[in-house]
Amino acid sequence: MTPLLQVKGIEKRYGARIGCTDVNFDLYPGEVMGIVGESGSGKSTLLNCLAGHLEPDAGQVIFDTRVDGPVDTVTMSEPERRMLGRTDWAFVHQHARDGLRMSVSAGGNIGERLMAVGDRHYGDIRDKAIDWLGRVEIEAARVDDRPSAFSGGMQQRLQIARNLVTGPRLVFMDEPTGGLDVSVQARLLDLLRGLVREMGLSAIIVTHDLAVVRLLADRLMVMKSGHVVEAGLTDQVLDDPQHAYTQLLVSSVLQV
Amino acid sequence: MGKDEAMIELIDVSKSFTLHNQGSAVIPVMQGASLKVEPGECVALTGASGTGKSTLMRVIYGNYLAASGQVLVGGLDVAKAEPRQILSLRRDTLGYVSQFLRVVPRVPTLEVVAEPLLAVGADKQIALDKAAGLLKRVNIPERLWTLSPTTFSGGEQQRVNIARGFAHEYPAMLLDEPTASLDAQNRETVLSLIEDAKHRGAAIVGIFHDIEARKRVCDREVNVSDFTPGLAA
Repeated sequence: MTPLLQVKGIEKRYGARIGCTDVNFDLYPGEVMGIVGESGSGKSTLLNCLAGHLEPDAGQVIFDTRVDGPVDTVTMSEPERRMLGRTDWAFVHQHARDGLRMSVSAGGNIGERLMAVGDRHYGDIRDKAIDWLGRVEIEAARVDDRPSAFSGGMQQRLQIARNLVTGPRLVFMDEPTGGLDVSVQARLLDLLRGLVREMGLSAIIVTHDLAVVRLLADRLMVMKSGHVVEAGLTDQVLDDPQHAYTQLLVSSVLQV
Repeated sequence: MGKDEAMIELIDVSKSFTLHNQGSAVIPVMQGASLKVEPGECVALTGASGTGKSTLMRVIYGNYLAASGQVLVGGLDVAKAEPRQILSLRRDTLGYVSQFLRVVPRVPTLEVVAEPLLAVGADKQIALDKAAGLLKRVNIPERLWTLSPTTFSGGEQQRVNIARGFAHEYPAMLLDEPTASLDAQNRETVLSLIEDAKHRGAAIVGIFHDIEARKRVCDREVNVSDFTPGLAA
Protein backbone atom coordinates (compact mmCIF):
# COMPACT_ATOMS: atom_id res chain seq x y z
CA MET A 1 0.00 0.00 0.00
CA THR A 2 1.27 3.46 -0.90
CA PRO A 3 1.26 5.99 1.94
CA LEU A 4 -1.23 8.81 1.37
CA LEU A 5 1.27 11.28 2.75
CA GLN A 6 5.03 10.97 3.13
CA VAL A 7 6.72 13.64 5.20
CA LYS A 8 10.48 13.82 4.87
CA GLY A 9 12.84 16.07 6.81
CA ILE A 10 10.46 18.99 7.28
CA GLU A 11 12.06 22.03 8.85
CA LYS A 12 10.77 25.54 9.46
CA ARG A 13 12.79 28.27 11.13
CA TYR A 14 11.76 31.70 12.29
CA GLY A 15 15.11 33.43 11.95
CA ALA A 16 17.43 31.66 14.33
CA ARG A 17 14.58 30.01 16.21
CA ILE A 18 13.40 26.57 15.30
CA GLY A 19 9.71 26.22 14.43
CA CYS A 20 9.98 22.53 13.78
CA THR A 21 12.81 20.40 12.49
CA ASP A 22 13.61 16.95 11.16
CA VAL A 23 10.01 15.70 11.04
CA ASN A 24 9.52 12.42 9.20
CA PHE A 25 6.50 10.12 8.98
CA ASP A 26 4.24 8.23 6.61
CA LEU A 27 0.46 8.40 6.88
CA TYR A 28 -1.57 5.60 5.31
CA PRO A 29 -5.14 5.80 3.98
CA GLY A 30 -7.68 5.64 6.81
CA GLU A 31 -5.16 6.47 9.52
CA VAL A 32 -5.69 9.20 12.08
CA MET A 33 -2.56 10.68 13.58
CA GLY A 34 -2.48 12.96 16.59
CA ILE A 35 0.24 15.53 17.25
CA VAL A 36 0.53 16.60 20.88
CA GLY A 37 2.84 18.93 22.78
CA GLU A 38 2.66 22.08 24.86
CA SER A 39 2.07 25.51 23.34
CA GLY A 40 5.11 26.62 21.40
CA SER A 41 6.28 23.06 20.72
CA GLY A 42 5.92 23.58 16.97
CA LYS A 43 2.86 21.45 16.34
CA SER A 44 0.82 24.16 14.63
CA THR A 45 3.86 25.26 12.62
CA LEU A 46 4.26 21.69 11.46
CA LEU A 47 0.58 21.36 10.57
CA ASN A 48 0.69 24.58 8.57
CA CYS A 49 3.80 23.40 6.71
CA LEU A 50 2.10 20.11 5.86
CA ALA A 51 -1.10 21.81 4.69
CA GLY A 52 0.77 24.28 2.48
CA HIS A 53 -0.10 27.35 4.58
CA LEU A 54 3.55 27.89 5.45
CA GLU A 55 6.52 27.20 3.24
CA PRO A 56 8.98 24.88 4.98
CA ASP A 57 12.68 25.75 4.77
CA ALA A 58 13.58 22.16 4.02
CA GLY A 59 11.96 18.83 3.38
CA GLN A 60 9.25 17.21 1.30
CA VAL A 61 5.52 16.64 1.79
CA ILE A 62 4.64 13.98 -0.75
CA PHE A 63 0.93 13.43 -1.33
CA ASP A 64 -0.48 10.53 -3.31
CA THR A 65 -2.67 12.45 -5.77
CA ARG A 66 -5.56 10.75 -7.59
CA VAL A 67 -4.26 11.54 -11.05
CA ASP A 68 -0.47 11.76 -10.93
CA GLY A 69 0.36 9.55 -7.92
CA PRO A 70 2.88 10.76 -5.32
CA VAL A 71 3.82 14.44 -5.82
CA ASP A 72 5.85 16.76 -3.61
CA THR A 73 3.38 19.46 -2.61
CA VAL A 74 6.12 21.81 -1.40
CA THR A 75 7.50 22.27 -4.89
CA MET A 76 4.21 22.12 -6.82
CA SER A 77 2.80 25.33 -8.28
CA GLU A 78 0.56 27.56 -6.17
CA PRO A 79 -2.57 26.95 -8.31
CA GLU A 80 -2.04 23.17 -8.04
CA ARG A 81 -1.66 23.39 -4.28
CA ARG A 82 -4.78 25.56 -4.00
CA MET A 83 -6.71 23.05 -6.07
CA LEU A 84 -5.57 20.30 -3.70
CA GLY A 85 -6.72 22.48 -0.80
CA ARG A 86 -10.21 22.61 -2.29
CA THR A 87 -10.52 18.96 -3.29
CA ASP A 88 -8.50 16.25 -1.58
CA TRP A 89 -7.44 18.27 1.42
CA ALA A 90 -9.43 19.96 4.11
CA PHE A 91 -8.34 22.16 6.99
CA VAL A 92 -10.36 22.58 10.16
CA HIS A 93 -9.21 25.64 12.09
CA GLN A 94 -9.32 25.94 15.86
CA HIS A 95 -11.44 29.07 15.59
CA ALA A 96 -14.37 28.40 13.31
CA ARG A 97 -14.40 32.03 12.17
CA ASP A 98 -11.00 31.48 10.51
CA GLY A 99 -12.48 28.73 8.39
CA LEU A 100 -15.90 30.20 7.64
CA ARG A 101 -17.23 33.22 5.82
CA MET A 102 -19.11 34.88 8.60
CA SER A 103 -21.21 37.12 6.37
CA VAL A 104 -22.44 34.31 4.11
CA SER A 105 -25.29 31.94 5.01
CA ALA A 106 -24.58 28.46 6.39
CA GLY A 107 -25.74 26.94 3.11
CA GLY A 108 -23.54 29.37 1.19
CA ASN A 109 -20.52 28.36 3.26
CA ILE A 110 -20.99 24.74 2.31
CA GLY A 111 -21.98 25.55 -1.28
CA GLU A 112 -18.93 27.70 -1.89
CA ARG A 113 -16.62 24.75 -1.66
CA LEU A 114 -18.83 22.77 -4.03
CA MET A 115 -18.82 25.59 -6.56
CA ALA A 116 -15.04 25.78 -6.28
CA VAL A 117 -14.85 22.26 -7.66
CA GLY A 118 -17.30 22.98 -10.46
CA ASP A 119 -20.81 22.35 -9.12
CA ARG A 120 -23.19 24.83 -10.77
CA HIS A 121 -26.75 23.56 -10.25
CA TYR A 122 -28.29 25.69 -7.49
CA GLY A 123 -30.84 23.07 -6.43
CA ASP A 124 -28.22 20.32 -6.16
CA ILE A 125 -25.87 22.53 -4.18
CA ARG A 126 -28.63 23.50 -1.77
CA ASP A 127 -29.70 19.86 -1.35
CA LYS A 128 -26.13 18.81 -0.59
CA ALA A 129 -25.74 21.69 1.84
CA ILE A 130 -28.90 20.66 3.69
CA ASP A 131 -27.79 17.02 3.72
CA TRP A 132 -24.48 18.04 5.29
CA LEU A 133 -26.12 20.29 7.85
CA GLY A 134 -28.08 17.21 8.91
CA ARG A 135 -24.93 15.10 9.14
CA VAL A 136 -23.33 17.60 11.50
CA GLU A 137 -26.60 17.88 13.42
CA ILE A 138 -27.64 21.39 12.44
CA GLU A 139 -31.34 21.82 11.65
CA ALA A 140 -32.14 22.28 7.96
CA ALA A 141 -34.17 25.37 8.90
CA ARG A 142 -30.91 27.15 9.75
CA VAL A 143 -29.54 26.86 6.19
CA ASP A 144 -30.12 30.54 5.41
CA ASP A 145 -28.81 31.86 8.73
CA ARG A 146 -25.37 33.37 8.95
CA PRO A 147 -22.77 31.58 11.09
CA SER A 148 -22.55 34.70 13.24
CA ALA A 149 -25.97 33.69 14.58
CA PHE A 150 -24.65 30.21 15.55
CA SER A 151 -23.16 29.07 18.85
CA GLY A 152 -19.44 28.20 18.97
CA GLY A 153 -20.13 24.46 18.78
CA MET A 154 -22.47 24.90 15.81
CA GLN A 155 -19.92 27.08 14.01
CA GLN A 156 -17.34 24.36 14.50
CA ARG A 157 -19.71 21.73 13.09
CA LEU A 158 -20.52 24.00 10.16
CA GLN A 159 -16.82 24.40 9.47
CA ILE A 160 -16.46 20.62 9.43
CA ALA A 161 -19.41 20.28 7.03
CA ARG A 162 -17.92 22.92 4.74
CA ASN A 163 -14.64 21.06 4.71
CA LEU A 164 -15.93 17.55 4.18
CA VAL A 165 -18.64 18.22 1.58
CA THR A 166 -16.22 17.73 -1.31
CA GLY A 167 -15.14 14.31 -0.02
CA PRO A 168 -11.50 15.07 0.83
CA ARG A 169 -9.08 12.25 1.53
CA LEU A 170 -6.92 14.08 4.07
CA VAL A 171 -8.12 16.42 6.80
CA PHE A 172 -5.84 18.65 8.84
CA MET A 173 -7.31 19.72 12.17
CA ASP A 174 -5.88 22.33 14.50
CA GLU A 175 -7.34 21.91 18.01
CA PRO A 176 -10.79 21.07 16.61
CA THR A 177 -12.34 20.76 20.07
CA GLY A 178 -10.39 23.56 21.76
CA GLY A 179 -12.50 26.25 23.37
CA LEU A 180 -15.70 24.19 23.29
CA ASP A 181 -17.43 23.03 26.44
CA VAL A 182 -17.09 19.34 27.22
CA SER A 183 -20.60 18.23 26.20
CA VAL A 184 -20.13 19.87 22.80
CA GLN A 185 -16.65 18.33 22.56
CA ALA A 186 -18.04 14.84 23.12
CA ARG A 187 -20.63 15.37 20.41
CA LEU A 188 -18.00 16.65 18.00
CA LEU A 189 -15.68 13.71 18.74
CA ASP A 190 -18.46 11.24 18.09
CA LEU A 191 -19.27 13.03 14.85
CA LEU A 192 -15.65 13.11 13.68
CA ARG A 193 -15.12 9.45 14.46
CA GLY A 194 -18.22 8.48 12.51
CA LEU A 195 -17.18 10.57 9.52
CA VAL A 196 -13.63 9.20 9.56
CA ARG A 197 -14.98 5.64 9.46
CA GLU A 198 -17.75 6.24 6.89
CA MET A 199 -15.63 8.24 4.47
CA GLY A 200 -12.35 6.37 5.02
CA LEU A 201 -10.65 9.66 5.80
CA SER A 202 -7.10 10.11 6.91
CA ALA A 203 -6.55 12.89 9.39
CA ILE A 204 -3.81 14.74 11.22
CA ILE A 205 -5.05 16.28 14.44
CA VAL A 206 -3.08 18.81 16.46
CA THR A 207 -4.26 19.08 20.03
CA HIS A 208 -3.02 19.35 23.57
CA ASP A 209 -5.88 17.24 24.89
CA LEU A 210 -4.66 13.70 25.53
CA ALA A 211 -8.20 12.38 26.05
CA VAL A 212 -9.12 13.58 22.56
CA VAL A 213 -6.20 11.79 20.93
CA ARG A 214 -6.87 8.59 22.84
CA LEU A 215 -10.36 8.45 21.40
CA LEU A 216 -9.64 9.72 17.90
CA ALA A 217 -6.06 8.95 16.92
CA ASP A 218 -4.53 5.62 15.91
CA ARG A 219 -1.04 7.02 16.15
CA LEU A 220 0.58 9.76 18.12
CA MET A 221 3.54 12.07 17.68
CA VAL A 222 4.85 14.04 20.66
CA MET A 223 6.64 17.33 20.01
CA LYS A 224 8.82 19.46 22.20
CA SER A 225 10.80 22.56 21.17
CA GLY A 226 10.26 21.83 17.49
CA HIS A 227 11.48 18.24 17.67
CA VAL A 228 9.53 15.02 17.56
CA VAL A 229 10.55 13.33 20.80
CA GLU A 230 8.37 10.25 20.56
CA ALA A 231 6.02 8.59 18.09
CA GLY A 232 4.05 5.39 18.00
CA LEU A 233 0.74 3.70 18.60
CA THR A 234 -1.50 6.05 20.61
CA ASP A 235 -2.17 3.75 23.56
CA GLN A 236 1.46 2.64 23.68
CA VAL A 237 2.72 6.23 23.85
CA LEU A 238 0.15 7.15 26.51
CA ASP A 239 0.35 3.94 28.60
CA ASP A 240 4.08 3.34 28.33
CA PRO A 241 5.74 6.66 27.44
CA GLN A 242 9.46 6.30 26.80
CA HIS A 243 10.67 9.90 26.65
CA ALA A 244 11.05 12.10 29.72
CA TYR A 245 8.84 14.80 28.26
CA THR A 246 6.03 12.39 27.32
CA GLN A 247 6.17 10.90 30.82
CA LEU A 248 5.79 14.38 32.26
CA LEU A 249 2.94 15.19 29.88
CA VAL A 250 1.03 12.00 30.65
CA SER A 251 1.55 12.23 34.39
CA SER A 252 0.41 15.86 34.42
CA VAL A 253 -3.12 15.09 33.25
CA LEU A 254 -5.71 15.68 35.91
CA GLN A 255 -7.89 12.67 36.65
CA VAL A 256 -11.60 13.26 36.47
CA MET B 1 -1.93 -22.23 10.37
CA GLY B 2 -1.55 -25.81 11.60
CA LYS B 3 -3.26 -27.10 14.70
CA ASP B 4 -0.12 -27.30 16.82
CA GLU B 5 1.31 -24.01 15.66
CA ALA B 6 1.17 -21.39 18.39
CA MET B 7 -1.20 -18.46 17.90
CA ILE B 8 0.45 -16.47 20.66
CA GLU B 9 4.12 -17.05 21.46
CA LEU B 10 6.46 -15.09 23.70
CA ILE B 11 10.16 -15.82 23.50
CA ASP B 12 12.46 -14.52 26.24
CA VAL B 13 10.62 -11.24 26.70
CA SER B 14 11.77 -8.59 29.14
CA LYS B 15 10.22 -5.31 30.19
CA SER B 16 11.45 -2.43 32.31
CA PHE B 17 10.24 1.05 33.06
CA THR B 18 12.58 4.04 33.07
CA LEU B 19 11.20 6.88 35.16
CA HIS B 20 12.98 9.90 33.71
CA ASN B 21 11.32 12.35 36.05
CA GLN B 22 12.10 10.40 39.19
CA GLY B 23 15.88 10.29 39.10
CA SER B 24 15.85 8.14 35.94
CA ALA B 25 15.15 5.08 38.04
CA VAL B 26 15.09 1.92 35.94
CA ILE B 27 12.62 -0.64 37.24
CA PRO B 28 12.89 -4.08 35.70
CA VAL B 29 9.48 -5.74 35.89
CA MET B 30 9.81 -8.79 33.69
CA GLN B 31 12.56 -10.96 32.32
CA GLY B 32 12.85 -14.23 30.48
CA ALA B 33 9.11 -14.45 29.86
CA SER B 34 8.25 -17.29 27.48
CA LEU B 35 4.79 -18.56 26.70
CA LYS B 36 3.03 -20.52 23.97
CA VAL B 37 -0.71 -20.64 23.36
CA GLU B 38 -2.20 -22.80 20.64
CA PRO B 39 -5.55 -22.36 18.91
CA GLY B 40 -8.41 -23.60 21.11
CA GLU B 41 -6.32 -23.29 24.24
CA CYS B 42 -6.87 -21.06 27.26
CA VAL B 43 -3.90 -20.19 29.46
CA ALA B 44 -4.32 -18.51 32.83
CA LEU B 45 -1.75 -16.08 34.16
CA THR B 46 -1.32 -16.47 37.90
CA GLY B 47 0.82 -14.86 40.55
CA ALA B 48 0.37 -12.42 43.40
CA SER B 49 -0.71 -8.87 42.79
CA GLY B 50 2.16 -6.80 41.37
CA THR B 51 4.04 -9.69 39.80
CA GLY B 52 3.19 -8.50 36.29
CA LYS B 53 0.11 -10.31 35.00
CA SER B 54 -1.40 -7.18 33.49
CA THR B 55 2.01 -6.05 32.28
CA LEU B 56 2.41 -9.30 30.37
CA MET B 57 -1.05 -8.88 28.79
CA ARG B 58 -0.23 -5.33 27.74
CA VAL B 59 3.07 -6.42 26.24
CA ILE B 60 1.11 -8.91 24.12
CA TYR B 61 -1.48 -6.29 23.15
CA GLY B 62 1.29 -3.82 22.28
CA ASN B 63 0.42 -0.92 24.55
CA TYR B 64 3.52 -1.75 26.55
CA LEU B 65 6.77 -1.82 24.64
CA ALA B 66 8.84 -4.94 25.28
CA ALA B 67 12.51 -4.15 26.01
CA SER B 68 13.75 -7.35 24.39
CA GLY B 69 12.56 -10.68 23.06
CA GLN B 70 9.85 -11.64 20.60
CA VAL B 71 6.09 -11.28 21.04
CA LEU B 72 4.49 -13.24 18.21
CA VAL B 73 0.76 -13.03 17.63
CA GLY B 74 -0.52 -14.69 14.49
CA GLY B 75 3.03 -14.53 13.14
CA LEU B 76 3.52 -10.78 13.74
CA ASP B 77 6.21 -9.68 16.18
CA VAL B 78 4.33 -7.07 18.21
CA ALA B 79 7.57 -5.97 19.88
CA LYS B 80 8.94 -4.70 16.56
CA ALA B 81 5.89 -4.09 14.37
CA GLU B 82 4.84 -0.76 12.88
CA PRO B 83 1.82 0.96 14.47
CA ARG B 84 -0.35 0.22 11.45
CA GLN B 85 0.54 -3.48 11.56
CA ILE B 86 -0.48 -3.62 15.22
CA LEU B 87 -3.68 -1.74 14.43
CA SER B 88 -4.65 -4.25 11.76
CA LEU B 89 -3.69 -7.13 14.08
CA ARG B 90 -6.02 -5.69 16.73
CA ARG B 91 -8.79 -5.20 14.22
CA ASP B 92 -8.69 -8.69 12.73
CA THR B 93 -6.83 -11.06 15.00
CA LEU B 94 -6.28 -9.95 18.58
CA GLY B 95 -9.14 -9.00 20.91
CA TYR B 96 -8.77 -7.58 24.40
CA VAL B 97 -11.41 -7.47 27.10
CA SER B 98 -10.04 -5.07 29.70
CA GLN B 99 -11.61 -4.30 33.05
CA PHE B 100 -12.58 -0.84 31.96
CA LEU B 101 -14.87 0.34 29.24
CA ARG B 102 -13.42 3.21 27.26
CA VAL B 103 -15.81 4.67 24.69
CA VAL B 104 -16.66 7.90 22.93
CA PRO B 105 -19.36 9.57 25.02
CA ARG B 106 -22.86 9.66 23.51
CA VAL B 107 -22.51 6.55 21.32
CA PRO B 108 -25.41 4.11 21.94
CA THR B 109 -24.55 0.80 23.61
CA LEU B 110 -25.72 -1.21 20.61
CA GLU B 111 -23.25 0.60 18.35
CA VAL B 112 -20.45 0.32 20.91
CA VAL B 113 -20.85 -3.46 20.81
CA ALA B 114 -21.23 -3.60 17.00
CA GLU B 115 -18.14 -1.46 16.40
CA PRO B 116 -15.53 -4.25 16.19
CA LEU B 117 -17.67 -5.94 13.53
CA LEU B 118 -18.09 -2.73 11.54
CA ALA B 119 -14.33 -2.25 11.76
CA VAL B 120 -13.72 -5.55 9.94
CA GLY B 121 -16.23 -4.53 7.28
CA ALA B 122 -19.32 -6.47 8.35
CA ASP B 123 -22.69 -5.39 6.98
CA LYS B 124 -24.26 -2.84 9.33
CA GLN B 125 -27.49 -4.76 9.91
CA ILE B 126 -25.70 -8.06 10.51
CA ALA B 127 -23.37 -6.31 12.96
CA LEU B 128 -26.25 -4.69 14.86
CA ASP B 129 -28.17 -7.98 15.00
CA LYS B 130 -25.18 -9.81 16.39
CA ALA B 131 -24.59 -7.01 18.91
CA ALA B 132 -28.23 -7.26 20.00
CA GLY B 133 -27.87 -11.02 20.47
CA LEU B 134 -24.78 -10.57 22.64
CA LEU B 135 -26.35 -7.83 24.75
CA LYS B 136 -29.30 -10.12 25.35
CA ARG B 137 -26.94 -12.92 26.30
CA VAL B 138 -25.15 -10.77 28.92
CA ASN B 139 -28.52 -9.56 30.24
CA ILE B 140 -28.42 -5.88 29.37
CA PRO B 141 -32.10 -4.80 29.24
CA GLU B 142 -33.19 -3.74 25.76
CA ARG B 143 -34.38 -0.34 26.98
CA LEU B 144 -30.71 0.57 27.67
CA TRP B 145 -29.37 -0.30 24.21
CA THR B 146 -29.97 3.13 22.73
CA LEU B 147 -28.22 4.86 25.64
CA SER B 148 -24.50 5.47 26.02
CA PRO B 149 -22.90 2.97 28.42
CA THR B 150 -20.97 5.78 30.15
CA THR B 151 -23.85 6.22 32.59
CA PHE B 152 -24.29 2.48 33.34
CA SER B 153 -23.40 0.78 36.60
CA GLY B 154 -19.97 -0.86 36.93
CA GLY B 155 -21.33 -4.36 36.38
CA GLU B 156 -23.35 -3.30 33.34
CA GLN B 157 -20.33 -1.55 31.82
CA GLN B 158 -18.28 -4.66 32.32
CA ARG B 159 -20.88 -6.80 30.56
CA VAL B 160 -21.08 -4.32 27.67
CA ASN B 161 -17.30 -4.55 27.48
CA ILE B 162 -17.51 -8.34 27.30
CA ALA B 163 -20.23 -8.28 24.63
CA ARG B 164 -18.07 -5.91 22.61
CA GLY B 165 -14.99 -8.10 23.10
CA PHE B 166 -16.78 -11.18 21.81
CA ALA B 167 -18.62 -9.49 18.89
CA HIS B 168 -15.91 -10.26 16.35
CA GLU B 169 -14.53 -13.80 16.42
CA TYR B 170 -10.90 -13.02 17.09
CA PRO B 171 -8.49 -15.94 16.71
CA ALA B 172 -6.54 -14.64 19.71
CA MET B 173 -7.98 -13.07 22.86
CA LEU B 174 -6.75 -11.46 26.05
CA LEU B 175 -9.16 -11.45 28.99
CA ASP B 176 -8.42 -9.33 32.05
CA GLU B 177 -10.61 -10.67 34.88
CA PRO B 178 -13.69 -11.18 32.73
CA THR B 179 -15.80 -12.59 35.58
CA ALA B 180 -14.84 -10.13 38.32
CA SER B 181 -17.82 -8.53 40.07
CA LEU B 182 -20.44 -10.51 38.13
CA ASP B 183 -23.35 -12.33 39.72
CA ALA B 184 -23.68 -16.11 39.30
CA GLN B 185 -25.90 -15.98 36.22
CA ASN B 186 -23.78 -13.45 34.34
CA ARG B 187 -20.62 -15.26 35.35
CA GLU B 188 -22.07 -18.42 33.81
CA THR B 189 -22.86 -16.53 30.59
CA VAL B 190 -19.33 -15.17 30.33
CA LEU B 191 -17.78 -18.58 30.97
CA SER B 192 -19.93 -20.07 28.21
CA LEU B 193 -18.82 -17.29 25.85
CA ILE B 194 -15.22 -18.21 26.63
CA GLU B 195 -15.94 -21.91 26.05
CA ASP B 196 -17.58 -21.09 22.71
CA ALA B 197 -14.55 -19.07 21.71
CA LYS B 198 -12.26 -21.98 22.58
CA HIS B 199 -14.41 -24.38 20.54
CA ARG B 200 -14.12 -22.24 17.45
CA GLY B 201 -10.34 -22.28 17.94
CA ALA B 202 -9.48 -19.04 19.70
CA ALA B 203 -6.19 -18.93 21.61
CA ILE B 204 -6.86 -17.20 24.93
CA VAL B 205 -4.67 -15.69 27.63
CA GLY B 206 -6.54 -14.64 30.73
CA ILE B 207 -6.28 -13.37 34.27
CA PHE B 208 -8.86 -15.02 36.52
CA HIS B 209 -8.94 -14.37 40.24
CA ASP B 210 -12.04 -16.55 40.35
CA ILE B 211 -10.43 -19.97 40.98
CA GLU B 212 -13.51 -21.99 39.99
CA ALA B 213 -13.77 -20.12 36.70
CA ARG B 214 -10.09 -20.63 36.06
CA LYS B 215 -10.37 -24.39 36.67
CA ARG B 216 -13.32 -24.64 34.34
CA VAL B 217 -12.09 -22.79 31.25
CA CYS B 218 -8.30 -22.82 31.48
CA ASP B 219 -6.17 -25.66 30.21
CA ARG B 220 -2.93 -24.51 31.82
CA GLU B 221 -1.57 -21.99 34.29
CA VAL B 222 1.53 -19.89 33.91
CA ASN B 223 2.86 -18.29 37.07
CA VAL B 224 4.22 -14.88 36.08
CA SER B 225 6.29 -14.57 39.25
CA ASP B 226 8.71 -16.89 37.45
CA PHE B 227 9.37 -13.92 35.17
CA THR B 228 9.59 -11.29 37.92
CA PRO B 229 13.19 -10.12 38.37
CA GLY B 230 14.34 -10.61 41.93
CA LEU B 231 11.50 -13.00 42.72
CA ALA B 232 12.42 -16.00 40.58
CA ALA B 233 14.78 -18.11 42.62
